Amino acid sequence: MDIFLQQIINGLTLGSIYALVALGYTMVYGILGLINFAHGEVVMIGALSSLTVIRLLADSGLPGPVVVLIGLLAAALVCMALGFTIERVAYRPLRNAPRLAPLITAIGVSIVLQQLAMLTWGRSYHSVPALLPAATHEVLGATFTEVQVIIVAVAALTMAGLMLLVNRTRLGRAMRATAENPAIAGLMGVDANRIISLTFVIGSALAALAGVLVAANYGIAHYHMGFILGLKAFTAAVLGGIGNLAGAVVGGVLLGVIEALGAGYIGDLTGGVLGSHYQDVFAFFVLIVVLIFRPSGLMGEKVSERA
Amino acid sequence: MTAKHRSWLGMALIGTALALAPIVVGASLGNAWVRVLDFAALYIMLALGLNIVVGFAGLLDLGYIAFYAVGAYLYALLASPHFGIHWPVWAVLPLGALVAGIFGVLLGAPTLRLRGDYLAIVTLGFGEIIRIFLNNLNTPVNITNGPKGIARIDAISLFGQPLSKSVDFLGITFSGVMLYYYLFVVLALGIVFVGIRLQDSRIGRAWVAIREDEVAAKACGINTRNVKLLAFAMGATFGGVSGGLFAGFQEFVSPESFGLMESIMVLCMVVLGGMGHIPGVILGGLMLTVLPEAFRHGAGPMQQAVFGKVLLDPEALRMLLFGLALIAVMLYRPAGLWPEPRHRRELAK
Repeated sequence: MDIFLQQIINGLTLGSIYALVALGYTMVYGILGLINFAHGEVVMIGALSSLTVIRLLADSGLPGPVVVLIGLLAAALVCMALGFTIERVAYRPLRNAPRLAPLITAIGVSIVLQQLAMLTWGRSYHSVPALLPAATHEVLGATFTEVQVIIVAVAALTMAGLMLLVNRTRLGRAMRATAENPAIAGLMGVDANRIISLTFVIGSALAALAGVLVAANYGIAHYHMGFILGLKAFTAAVLGGIGNLAGAVVGGVLLGVIEALGAGYIGDLTGGVLGSHYQDVFAFFVLIVVLIFRPSGLMGEKVSERA
Repeated sequence: MTAKHRSWLGMALIGTALALAPIVVGASLGNAWVRVLDFAALYIMLALGLNIVVGFAGLLDLGYIAFYAVGAYLYALLASPHFGIHWPVWAVLPLGALVAGIFGVLLGAPTLRLRGDYLAIVTLGFGEIIRIFLNNLNTPVNITNGPKGIARIDAISLFGQPLSKSVDFLGITFSGVMLYYYLFVVLALGIVFVGIRLQDSRIGRAWVAIREDEVAAKACGINTRNVKLLAFAMGATFGGVSGGLFAGFQEFVSPESFGLMESIMVLCMVVLGGMGHIPGVILGGLMLTVLPEAFRHGAGPMQQAVFGKVLLDPEALRMLLFGLALIAVMLYRPAGLWPEPRHRRELAK
């Protein structure tokens, strides 16, 4: 039982990070019908740039959480600028091109970001200073750290804020209108290009937050961390129904829990034949199963076979 | 001179150039560069296989390297001291082609209902799953030898002559890499021939029809499911053969050679060259194997000469330029460097 609870806690932590990243994918997909392949790398840039700022301020005598907050703000600014630029340079000129073209530029952007990060921060794994309260608590035989609580809480609050933004504000209404039909939204006085840019900027800010949280959770950051994280977050978005914000959250948390439980139990279930290093297989396996049996995801609307 | 004569002359010229290339390159630049040509031929075979799936049938496959891995590991397992089995290349290569083809159908069957970019992600996931299994199937039974890979694989040998040993012929010493070059070029030409014949066949036209408009193709009486599956199986078969050749050539395989980056590299050869256009794909394959290699050799010394020291890691710089080139080509030539004429017409209007 304690393993079960423990893995649920770990899964929730991981899942809320996946959810934050998945929101970035799903927002862009909802509006442009495009998989922003470079999103995972934006998370990585967020983690590493916050790390640089945090290291600069580590000896300043400021309290730990404040330093992390400043690091987060800096990372958010960097990522927002990055998201804006990526959309302008790599996606906007190709908006009416065949579907494959923006996917290839997205791959190109990922490679460029990864290599720039490698040139800037080097190949090594950076350890992240533990500035957030890391005390552990015990509940029913399972332990959780305060960092984990902070991660889940921050992610939940952010997602609630995003929901409010999209569902209750004028900007949110413009976003939904653009997602529905950019041309008609344009006739109603919505500047679709501005909305699309803003979508990328908001998604990138979420990515920066996810990057900081992931670094805080694992205590390490490196230039290659974005790829697998992005892939899993995309899986989460598909699992929940891509284009659907609530779906991304549900999909993220669900995927985190499935993965954690899978890693915890696979050894016992298969009599030790398969070990926990198969953890990454779960995400892909879930993805394939979902796409085969319910291509529109758990909460997605029916999509046509070919759009 | 009639058109037919001219095309025969052209072929004779290309044939002579291909036959002389390794001798000239070997004498002027050294055997390392002949090795690069070997890889170019190998990658061209892979790219032509992927071209069937992506270029003809329009199915974006980001896990193509998995079939290459299947072919390579099959060769490694059946012709190495790892299990003590030493099957001849004649037996292993066709078997590799068959098994990779079956994997192609296994992947294709459940995923064909998906739309373009979903298909891309599922195939990507499939590629990663294969790699994770290759990495971890060393326990409890050691099948793949894990991350360490399988070494001391038998070299490919034809008619009792291992291609890894050099041969003297007509007063010229043909080193191992040169012999491999001839084998690979002959096989690549075979694949080009099959590709061209496929393209002009009923099946090839069905593939193009599906790529252009699946609903319309269906309405014309094409069994889209079977035809798409055939594209997957055919592409996978070519991948499996190339993988077997790779294993025999390298005499070593490890999961590291079959990462996502390799899949992307092969895809880029197809896309940069010109999707669905065989000469374009060959150009793409040649460029993306030779140019990065030239860059690897040239970038360090050049920085040394200009700045007096090596400022940027040549490897990172190479990848950086590769990424930028991908973006630039897509922005300015979305149909590739040497696109199919039919494509060009469509894009022009």
